[in-house]
Amino acid sequence: MNLLKSSSKKAPSFLGPLIAVILLSIVLAVVSESFLTLPNWMNIFRQTAINALVSCGMLMVLLTGGVDLSVGSMVALTSCTMGVLMAKFGILNPVLLIGSALVVGVLCGGFNAMLFTQLRLPHPFVSTMGSKMIFRGLALFITGAAPIAGFPESVTFLGYRNIGKFPLCFIAVIIVFAIMHIFLNFTALGRKIYSVGGNKEAARLSGISVPGTLNFVYIMSGVMCALAGIVMVGRVGTSAPLAGETFDTDAIASCVIGGASFSGGKGTITGTLIGALLIAIIRNGLNLLGAQTDVQFMVIGSVIIIAVLIDVVRTSSQIKSKRLSKAKVDA
Amino acid sequence: MDDVVVELRNVTKLFPGVVALDSMSMDLKRGQIRGFIGENGAGKSTLIKVLTGVHNPDEGEIYLHGNKTTFRGPADAKNAGIACVYQELNIIKDLSIADNMFLGNYVKKKSGFLDYKYMNQKAQDILSSMNQHIEPSEICGNLGMGLQQMVEIGKAILWDAQVLILDEPTSSLGEKEAEELFRTVRLLKEKGLAILFVSHKLEEIFELCDEVTVMRDGKHIITSPSAEMTKDSLIAHMVGRTLENLYPKGQVEIGDVALEVRDLTRFGEYYDICFKAHRGEILGFAGLVGAGRTELMRGIFAADLPDKGEIYIGGEKKAIPSPKVAIINQIAFLTEDRKIQGLVLTETIEKNISLVNIDQMKSGFFINGSAIKKQAIECIEKLKIRTPSPNKLAGQLSGGNQQKVVIGKWIVTDAEIYIFDEPTRGIDVGAKIEVYNIMNELVSQGKCVLMISSELQEILGMCDRVVVMREGRKMAEVNRNSEHFNQQSIMKAAWGGNINEFTEV
Repeated sequence: MNLLKSSSKKAPSFLGPLIAVILLSIVLAVVSESFLTLPNWMNIFRQTAINALVSCGMLMVLLTGGVDLSVGSMVALTSCTMGVLMAKFGILNPVLLIGSALVVGVLCGGFNAMLFTQLRLPHPFVSTMGSKMIFRGLALFITGAAPIAGFPESVTFLGYRNIGKFPLCFIAVIIVFAIMHIFLNFTALGRKIYSVGGNKEAARLSGISVPGTLNFVYIMSGVMCALAGIVMVGRVGTSAPLAGETFDTDAIASCVIGGASFSGGKGTITGTLIGALLIAIIRNGLNLLGAQTDVQFMVIGSVIIIAVLIDVVRTSSQIKSKRLSKAKVDA
Repeated sequence: MDDVVVELRNVTKLFPGVVALDSMSMDLKRGQIRGFIGENGAGKSTLIKVLTGVHNPDEGEIYLHGNKTTFRGPADAKNAGIACVYQELNIIKDLSIADNMFLGNYVKKKSGFLDYKYMNQKAQDILSSMNQHIEPSEICGNLGMGLQQMVEIGKAILWDAQVLILDEPTSSLGEKEAEELFRTVRLLKEKGLAILFVSHKLEEIFELCDEVTVMRDGKHIITSPSAEMTKDSLIAHMVGRTLENLYPKGQVEIGDVALEVRDLTRFGEYYDICFKAHRGEILGFAGLVGAGRTELMRGIFAADLPDKGEIYIGGEKKAIPSPKVAIINQIAFLTEDRKIQGLVLTETIEKNISLVNIDQMKSGFFINGSAIKKQAIECIEKLKIRTPSPNKLAGQLSGGNQQKVVIGKWIVTDAEIYIFDEPTRGIDVGAKIEVYNIMNELVSQGKCVLMISSELQEILGMCDRVVVMREGRKMAEVNRNSEHFNQQSIMKAAWGGNINEFTEV
């Protein structure tokens, strides 16, 4: 049997968005002369970084069939924690500041996980919608609702430094995504995340600890938000308690464009990165063309709907062709 | 002849690999209660689905009041006055009785708003004509199962049903509720309805039905006034002759006790179950659907924890709080429902096969992809899974091949005790024999196999011993060399008869 050789060469699910990225780039390069310049592309990468990090955590949650609506608030709360420690307690040690952001990310993610797996709230859509407001409120409370500036360079370097001309934050994104890709595909826990999302009951009866897996993904979402918060402080120079209001929808959009499914079990890291890039390119292109926020929202909304639509059509045509081929065999 | 409301003539219905109905004929008459019995899988549900327009027959005709007709869908059958109350009620628990009865066919006032005054009055009239005095504005979820069933029957009356099919209506009722149901059914008979009463309880057939029809292997066996039948004659008709031997049972020396269960109870599901299962033995679990066999196995595997009782593995008492611990104790559970409980359909074959033992497939921190692939290929070859590649998604396989993937997933764990729950349901004959051969191989390696099956032939063909359950209780335990190791006796025990057989081992 030649089972080893015939490892199926199917088109990866992120092929669609990848083609969209390329086509869109060609169109933008034609209509705007500043699009295809090095500074502009570095800008796109810089703009992608925060959303990409948040999306990475979101993807893991989506893979288990859940959702995390509190990501924007977690980004704000983690960055504000650093701001408050610096402004009110005079802590300037970068290890302490960055460490505190990560700890707060773990705690927030742990809180979301607890609501779902310990208190057994029915769906994370509701529980993370609640925690979204709690975290946002906390960020406003500890900062007195005012942005905080004046971070030391040792904290902000991740957000604004370049290596050569390449933004450091996007290098960080690539490293994080590479680690996550390996984690999801080549470690036992990573595979368990897919299994739990694909079929919770089958996973449980196969001896997989479903609550443990779920706890992990929500905590990871918190950690990714903390990383995004650190990058944001560097990019903007301040920690703002009201930042990141649209991060949840942006992140979900990136994952869904990249092939993730709301019912869980489906989605890839590569696809998510491409999804995040696509959103950044659309924003960037529309900016170059002088379009306002209103148009940007409408265009990105349409892209999300089209991406999901393509997925739905593709799935149903697969089911149909399977049915037809079966009918042929029976006849 | 005028009394016949609906008649099926020579109806045949084929499913891939199965003849569900084989030239089946039956008529239902006004003012008559017809009992309808048969083994699991005899074709009763298919017949109901043909009557209610869910399935189209491949051959044969349906006559309505003597006129030939076809049902293009459930709506046609409903309009023709054929209603069915299924075992699983179609009640929306959050809505009121009147809302449920008028669901989808609301009566509106001229203003366009719903006419609740009329609907409540009408619902009340119908219910009181059935001798049920309940307020139609009551929320259905607050009612007992018996009353919810009444609401569904009332709905059928509301839509002028002339034929009422009751599919195992008493299975979820207590004794009192069942009596109440019988009174209502008799009342409806007086009003001239034709009633088809499907039941697993022979006593009910004798108590309630005027005539009884027996089905076996998709065929009509006999229709006769129930007064002329006895329990034994009904069972004999249900069981019929033995089939040719499809069961390649091997000869294996039976060894030590591998699993012992003492007084295992989960209230509402199974009670005080005791049994021992040995190495090298296939222990069958027979009974009707709903006898509590699957629930018992889920209890042993800790998928749903038992309320009390003890489990001994290899003579040692074990506490099993979760499926994970069950697996550590070398129990494998091949669930009844492959798609819901067995496989991750969105994942590949090789990933499904490594689902249970993924933690053993590591080299250092990472999983060992080539070992997983190798294990999958070995399984595919050994179990003859028909697939071009181990990377094919489990959801794309046929039923028989999916079942083999589930088996593969457990074989690689090196379990000692294998629980097979309906392992051959919905797979074709060739794949069945392959599954039996796998069981034979397992017991020849000294493993212990428990098999739930609703096909008695299969139990008799493959098992060394069989535990018969009914309504959550163990009714009998029959050894292969016993005089009671036949369909007749096991069916009798499964249907509540006493065969007084408990092997001591």
